[in-house]
Amino acid sequence: MKQFIIFVKKEFYHIFRDRKSLLIIFLMPIVQIILFGFALTNEIKNSNIAVLDNSKDEATTAIIQRLNASRYFNVFENLKTQADIESAFKSGNVRMVVVFPPNFRQSLLHSNKAQIQLLADASDPNTATTITQYASSIIGDYQQGLNGQLKIPYQIQPEIRMLYNPQLKGTYNFVPGVMAMILILIAAMMTSVAIVREKEINTMEVILVSPLKPLLFIVSKAIPYIFLSLVNVITILIVSVAILDVPINGSLFLLMAESLLFIITAVSLGLMISNFTKTQQEAQMFSLMSLLLPTLLLGGFMFPIESMPLPLQIVSNIVPSKWFFLIVKDVMIKGLGFSQVWKETLVLVGMSLFLLAISFKKFKIRLS
Amino acid sequence: MNAIAVNNIFKTYGTKKEIITALNDISFDVKQGELFGIIGPDGAGKTSLFRILTTLLLAESGTATVDEYDIVKDYKQIRNRVGYMPGKFSLYQDLSVEENLEFFATIFGTSIEENYDLIKEIYVQIEPFKKRRAGKLSGGMKQKLALCCALIHKPSVLFLDEPTTGVDAVSRKEFWDMLKNLKKQGITILVSTPYMDEAALCDRVALIQSGKIMSIDTPENIVAAFKGQLWAVRSADMYRLLKDLKNYSNTKSCNSFGEFHHLLLKNNDTSEKEILDYLHEHQHKDVELKKTQPNIEDCFMQLMSNN
Amino acid sequence: MEKEIVIQAEELTKKFGDFIAVNKISFKVEKGEIFGFLGANGAGKTTAMRMLCGLSIPSSGKANVAGFDVYKQTEHIKQNIGYMSQKFSLYEDLTVKENIRFYAGIYGMSKVAIKEKMATLLQQLKMTDEENSLVGSLPLGWKQKLAFSVAILHEPKIVFLDEPTGGVDPVTRREFWNLIYDAAEKGITVFVTTHYMDEAEYCGRVSIMVDGVIEALDTPANLKKTFNASSMDDVFLQLARGAKRSAD
Repeated sequence: MKQFIIFVKKEFYHIFRDRKSLLIIFLMPIVQIILFGFALTNEIKNSNIAVLDNSKDEATTAIIQRLNASRYFNVFENLKTQADIESAFKSGNVRMVVVFPPNFRQSLLHSNKAQIQLLADASDPNTATTITQYASSIIGDYQQGLNGQLKIPYQIQPEIRMLYNPQLKGTYNFVPGVMAMILILIAAMMTSVAIVREKEINTMEVILVSPLKPLLFIVSKAIPYIFLSLVNVITILIVSVAILDVPINGSLFLLMAESLLFIITAVSLGLMISNFTKTQQEAQMFSLMSLLLPTLLLGGFMFPIESMPLPLQIVSNIVPSKWFFLIVKDVMIKGLGFSQVWKETLVLVGMSLFLLAISFKKFKIRLS
Repeated sequence: MNAIAVNNIFKTYGTKKEIITALNDISFDVKQGELFGIIGPDGAGKTSLFRILTTLLLAESGTATVDEYDIVKDYKQIRNRVGYMPGKFSLYQDLSVEENLEFFATIFGTSIEENYDLIKEIYVQIEPFKKRRAGKLSGGMKQKLALCCALIHKPSVLFLDEPTTGVDAVSRKEFWDMLKNLKKQGITILVSTPYMDEAALCDRVALIQSGKIMSIDTPENIVAAFKGQLWAVRSADMYRLLKDLKNYSNTKSCNSFGEFHHLLLKNNDTSEKEILDYLHEHQHKDVELKKTQPNIEDCFMQLMSNN
Repeated sequence: MEKEIVIQAEELTKKFGDFIAVNKISFKVEKGEIFGFLGANGAGKTTAMRMLCGLSIPSSGKANVAGFDVYKQTEHIKQNIGYMSQKFSLYEDLTVKENIRFYAGIYGMSKVAIKEKMATLLQQLKMTDEENSLVGSLPLGWKQKLAFSVAILHEPKIVFLDEPTGGVDPVTRREFWNLIYDAAEKGITVFVTTHYMDEAEYCGRVSIMVDGVIEALDTPANLKKTFNASSMDDVFLQLARGAKRSAD
């Protein structure tokens, strides 16, 4: 028994004297609880919607006001024509468009019924389902309010259309998410581990004392993982299309090019991590905590970003996967072209250049 | 021209709370083609010194040149021309002997064929295993391979940090034979070792302890500089002999040296008879006493006690 | 007077598949002896020692350590021996005191006994001021001496030392051997391996393993006579040169 106690005591000493393990044991759970508890929710809040009001009467205004007032929605844009609907979705600014036909109130008064179209971006089917349900229930409340004591109730029929993913397949959301996750893991983590391994097994010393230029060293480390990651992308796409029935609605070339860009971003992240970690274990842990976790939680495919508190929304902007996820969804599911994703592409390009510049500058040409 | 010139190098490690001085005002020169040994135990500062000279670490103060190139400003030139074998095994365990050699040859812009003559004598000993993964070689063979990789580009200066540590006695001997042959090719070799007996195999040595150089000279001169007359003594009970000699009022130092104890007296004119009398007083049997020449270890220990 | 035999091995063998690491070695060690166990890397020394320490079950043959059988009573063996090696001695991130308390606790020493012995130990090593220093901050020589003292703290019958003085400065090396002599005088048997051939001279008897077999076992003086050698170094080289096996 005494042996047991003294051994346990010793283990506590080891843990408390190792700052890094303390961080993992205490800080990480707190961060996770806060993230999960406060920020991440499947509940939809502040979803941006657009409205195409062809009637512009008391009834439509009332309904629009109710939608706007609810915490679920935020009327982002008032569209003018039918054509505007497509560009609203393409811009990625809104998740749903509410279309009121002309003479809405009059229809209600004369025939006791009227229609509202709810067009939802179903590339994220869960969100789309929730949004249309919320909208329907708000409309239902208004309808209830109108009816009150009437003998013949009013009926407002919401016609729901799911765009881009009419069958509401979860895989449409899931595949781009998995792509982002795998690429971050393989490209970033494995690259950083590969570089740090040289430090651990001591060959870094001999390599440094040689004519090999640091730039060449970094590039040679990255190339195999870039290549393998591309192979992974192809594999995922083949499986998604052939087995999961996910479409590639946009240009395959564009998709591959964007994937390559994201791989380069991920690799530069890995390079940066390798600069300040000393052991492979550190590199792995750090990659997992600083890359995989944000990708999963803040990437936008598990939990909608617009439902998060503002600080987290801002933070999600520096998570490269968030941008890649948007690009892949737009290209693969919505079939959009470069002109719609150039902004996100630019962000990734900027991130990559920045990270590469820093990694190269911070590369240690000496031991210390 | 000095192949290596070191001037007042200081190196410290640690936080503000605890500063450890690894190298304390180190200065020495190595001539071209010399086989120069840095002799000292673990913690003496050997590896720090080697890392500074191969431009892997920066010293806190002091300067040094290798082949007249400054270790700070001209680090790229130095890295292009020296051969380096770090203390721990530093080749790729999952690559074969051949693959490792080819890799390092290519990194240095040469090929195995180009400088094969240089490494031939060493390489033929491991050539039968050339397809074997480096990780599966014995300690002695790993050292030979590492030496080949350090030599393959015909360096002008070779830095070997504890190449024989952890290697069996036979391989150690073979390694030093190889170094002597390399010297004939005109390569300057700076080698560090904790084994005092290997000092005798160098042209000149620097004895280093706790970051300070205690002596720089040829092994012969260091031995000649030993102060006092050394006696070798043995008896039937060596442990008791050691204790009694340490208690002897005339003893300056007494240390075990395997078969014999090495005894240094305060009074160097003490006669043999006097010592024998003391030993017989203490009932030592089978006593053997003779004057002897000190070896490098004796000198090292004397210098340690002086500091 | 017949001395107590504390280690007895008879045709002790260890095979890994087809590879015979230790090939039918036989020897006896007496109580209080300083027994040198030498051999080149790959000769089978480490494997043999692991069997004697109860860390590895032999493939065949018999052996008794401190009166316990190496097949069936390994836990008893471990309780009655001490162990120290060059590669691992003490925990670097614990203090001297914490290390001593930990190891003493593992061997079931009472708090009173620990306190007493710790004070004596630290005094003997002249390390009383360092009792609260982290072991990692001590110079290597101090670590090794401390590790040895900790290994014999619970007064085991036998202490196994695996290259305990590697890389240590010459003065500390000799101080270490003084500790070994003291322990032997107290009746602790010392089973030590080393690469320093002058240290072989300090042993009562020396065995030299080559290719899994004990090629020589005698006092240093007799070995030198037998091999017509001027030093143990010479004896060793003569035997090791003939070795076929050079795998680690």
